[in-house]
Amino acid sequence: MLIPAMILGGIAVIAAVGLGVAARVFYVEEDPRIKGILDLLPGANCGGCGMAGCSACAAAIVEGKAEVNACVVGQTEVARDIAAFMGMEMQDNEPQVACPDCQGGARATRKYEYGGFDDCRAAMLFYHGPLMCDHGCLGLGTCVRACQFGAITMGDAGLPIFDPARCVGCGACVRACPKGIISIISETTKILHWNRYSECLAPCRQKCPAQVNVPKYIEHIKNGEFELALLTVKENNPLPLSTGRVCPEPCSLACRRQIEDEPVAINYLKRFAADYEMNSGKRLHVPVAPETGKKVTVVGGGPAGLSAAYYLRRLGHSVTLFEQMPDLGGMLRYGIPEYRLPKAILDWDIQGILDLGVKVRTGVSLGRDFTLDFLRAEGADAIFLAVGAWRDRELGLAEIKPDGVISGIKFLELFQEDPLTRVKGHAIVIGGGNTAIDAARTSLRAGAESVTIVYRRSRDEMPANPVEIVAAEEEGIQFRFLCAPNRFITEGDNLAGLEVLGMKLGEPDSDGRRRPFPVKGTEEVIPCELLVEAVGQMPDLDFLEKDGMPTLPTTRWNTIDAKEETLQTDVPYIFTGGDCFTGPGLMVEAISAGRFVARSIHYYMTEGEIPPIEQRQTGLVPESIFDSLVGVLPRPKVHEPVVSLEDRLGTFKEVEGTIDEEDARYEARRCLNCGTYCYDQELEAERAEDAESIAG
Amino acid sequence: MDLFLLVIGSIFVNNILLAQYLGNCPFCGVSKKLGPAIGMGVAVIFVSTLASIFTWIVYHYLLEPQGLEYLKTLVFILVIAALVQFVEIFIKKQSKGLYDSLGIFLPLITTNCAVMGIALLNIKHGFDFVEMIVFSASSAAGFALAILLFASVRERLFISSVPVAMRGTAIALVTAGVMSLAFMGFAGMTN
Ligand SMILES: Cc1cc2nc3c(=O)[nH]c(=O)nc-3n(C[C@H](O)[C@H](O)[C@H](O)COP(=O)(O)OP(=O)(O)OC[C@H]3O[C@@H](n4cnc5c(N)ncnc54)[C@H](O)[C@@H]3O)c2cc1C
Repeated sequence: MLIPAMILGGIAVIAAVGLGVAARVFYVEEDPRIKGILDLLPGANCGGCGMAGCSACAAAIVEGKAEVNACVVGQTEVARDIAAFMGMEMQDNEPQVACPDCQGGARATRKYEYGGFDDCRAAMLFYHGPLMCDHGCLGLGTCVRACQFGAITMGDAGLPIFDPARCVGCGACVRACPKGIISIISETTKILHWNRYSECLAPCRQKCPAQVNVPKYIEHIKNGEFELALLTVKENNPLPLSTGRVCPEPCSLACRRQIEDEPVAINYLKRFAADYEMNSGKRLHVPVAPETGKKVTVVGGGPAGLSAAYYLRRLGHSVTLFEQMPDLGGMLRYGIPEYRLPKAILDWDIQGILDLGVKVRTGVSLGRDFTLDFLRAEGADAIFLAVGAWRDRELGLAEIKPDGVISGIKFLELFQEDPLTRVKGHAIVIGGGNTAIDAARTSLRAGAESVTIVYRRSRDEMPANPVEIVAAEEEGIQFRFLCAPNRFITEGDNLAGLEVLGMKLGEPDSDGRRRPFPVKGTEEVIPCELLVEAVGQMPDLDFLEKDGMPTLPTTRWNTIDAKEETLQTDVPYIFTGGDCFTGPGLMVEAISAGRFVARSIHYYMTEGEIPPIEQRQTGLVPESIFDSLVGVLPRPKVHEPVVSLEDRLGTFKEVEGTIDEEDARYEARRCLNCGTYCYDQELEAERAEDAESIAG
Repeated sequence: MDLFLLVIGSIFVNNILLAQYLGNCPFCGVSKKLGPAIGMGVAVIFVSTLASIFTWIVYHYLLEPQGLEYLKTLVFILVIAALVQFVEIFIKKQSKGLYDSLGIFLPLITTNCAVMGIALLNIKHGFDFVEMIVFSASSAAGFALAILLFASVRERLFISSVPVAMRGTAIALVTAGVMSLAFMGFAGMTN
């Protein structure tokens, strides 16, 4: 008994001593911090950091080969702990989540029926997968199995559903998806992203200058997720209340439903979502990236300037806005009248931008109070010029204008400065754009006996928003088409009337509009006491002539010249966009320019180079334009409540109202949730249900 | 000639894994991907050869003279465990490259029944020193071969549609069974 025990014990002792000695003799210097960090890491060994497991990651962090925030699973908290452990400062890193780019999947046309292995990668080996659509999800759930965190489940529609709360952004699904539909995105990448031809894009998304993800927010409204809907809009448009009121909806011109029916009332829905937030009185939280320490100065507080300020701020830059007028908003405030866009509502939109920490200096004008060199000397890393188009064009009918003649923007501005401004007698407005209609409808509200719009082409050529023209007609404004001003008729210093001349339309000119020319002998006098010249605007670039400004080239349309692909001018740190680059345009275009410039400035300041956008989508994708639809039947569009005619005249009350929740959800269901190639077909039963709910 | 037969016999006919079913846990555990499976195979060849040498010496020069053959299982566990630990410490110091490719498998093998089984079989068959080395190395090579084949099969299995109830280890075991049936085709080639 003793001997076996001794032998066993002896071997054990020898082994122990041997190992002990070996551990000393062969001791490898290992940084104790590696173990410390290993304890802080979540230990998922997922490889999301790109290294072989957590221990490799810990070693890389200690050696300084990886950042403290290398671990994608642990996200901010772990990174903070590791930074503290290593005695370093840590930059907050933004959460990154996976996001799929397909709502179609099974809706797409099939090349063949696939009955093979339940794996997308296997399916892709046969003729590039069973779907005709390049972007279509195959729905075999390879991403679901690839996700170690249970963040992906397969939905009823055969499409994966991502749970952002569980997603850690490790990218396992992105690597697993053979179609490349999933991408890892953060708030920053969303702001910097522009549509590409290689993506799945509904026609409305292709058409919207700001590239708002229309089907996505409508889908949220359909599901009653109004806040998510608004956040989706705000990813591309920081002024949803204002656009919801005055945007002429280029998107709906591309709406696919229109092939069989009226287009979806997209802007009513946007307005509904935006009003929902305002009426709740509580602002939705908008994330802002960590401070970068870069400074940007924006000159001009119109939609272009505000939008750039908003996105640059969200990208973590420090932004100061300089504005010549006492209040921000540009043409939204000083041009568009109160009855279309109440200023209290505009204020709420603008406050949402300022709340992110944008610094503002109003009442200071570039050229008069400060120079570009001064801004540069003050430490601006980049400057964005968004001064709009504030100079009225003139007809040049007389050298000295008689009293009673005023230009369009000046006229509208009067009402912003003093809402109680009144006019008397008969008024004439010359022009066919939004400014003309706004001036006409404003004079009617301010007490004019009657108002006539004089326009030299026909109604079809009018550039104003079509709904505006209709509203003006309803309110009793007279239109004189194919009619051009010839001469002022004066009585002393005062205006007494306008002599006009009949016109005829000739051949279409270079921009496709038919050029009018006068017909002799058709002179006629229209008596009037007020005449508003609203024949177009152009940027006021006089400030460029002053001392202390770098030389900036301008174009023959008196706009600032810049590169189309970046909006960067010849002076590398100066950028431009909005009306002062394009000439008078739409508010959404200005908003879009703001985000585009934010992208350029961001890359310019952080990387020095502005990378081109590959395959940037500019025109419509031809394959996405259909001429017939299957399984789509007309369903009436909802209508916005409008104020009665009696209530409109004499007051500046907002004319159009917001649709209610029930209407919004009904309207949202009219959306076909299109992709480039596919759309939702409606079930007979679904429509019957809707018809009932309307009747009931 | 005998040694050649021994090699063939231990790799194919009496494959340690597929005929004797030893070393099942790393076989199922580390066979999902080919890369780690190769690492595991090489590590097993290395460790089991080394372990056999040591246990063979301990058995013949310590236990046998003392008449303590019955203690062999206990003693072998002790010896193998200490040995593997030692090897790990040693190569970590001496060869970083080898450590990086084998290191993580070594602790896994400490208690591997294939290694233990080979050591015990050496005794059971009464091999001399040379036979013992040949047998150990080629049995371990048999293990490596089996895990390699198995990993290749499992890589295919991963992308195939397996009935839900059979997924994972279940199908792995079935596959292993089928493979072992295939290996039974070698039976009778030697004795
Ligand atoms: C009457 C009217 C009605 C319109 N209706 C519609 C509509 O219904 N729907 C639609 O989509 N669009 C409409 N528009 C067009 C739309 O308002 C403009 O396209 C848009 O406002 C352009 O934005 P912006 O930022 O480029 O310029 P602006 O809005 O013009 O902003 C430029 C800003 O720069 C400031 N600024 C100018 N010079 C200086 C300087 N030297 N120093 C400091 N600050 C300066 C200005 O004060 C202003 O705040 C309308 C425009 C007008 C005039």
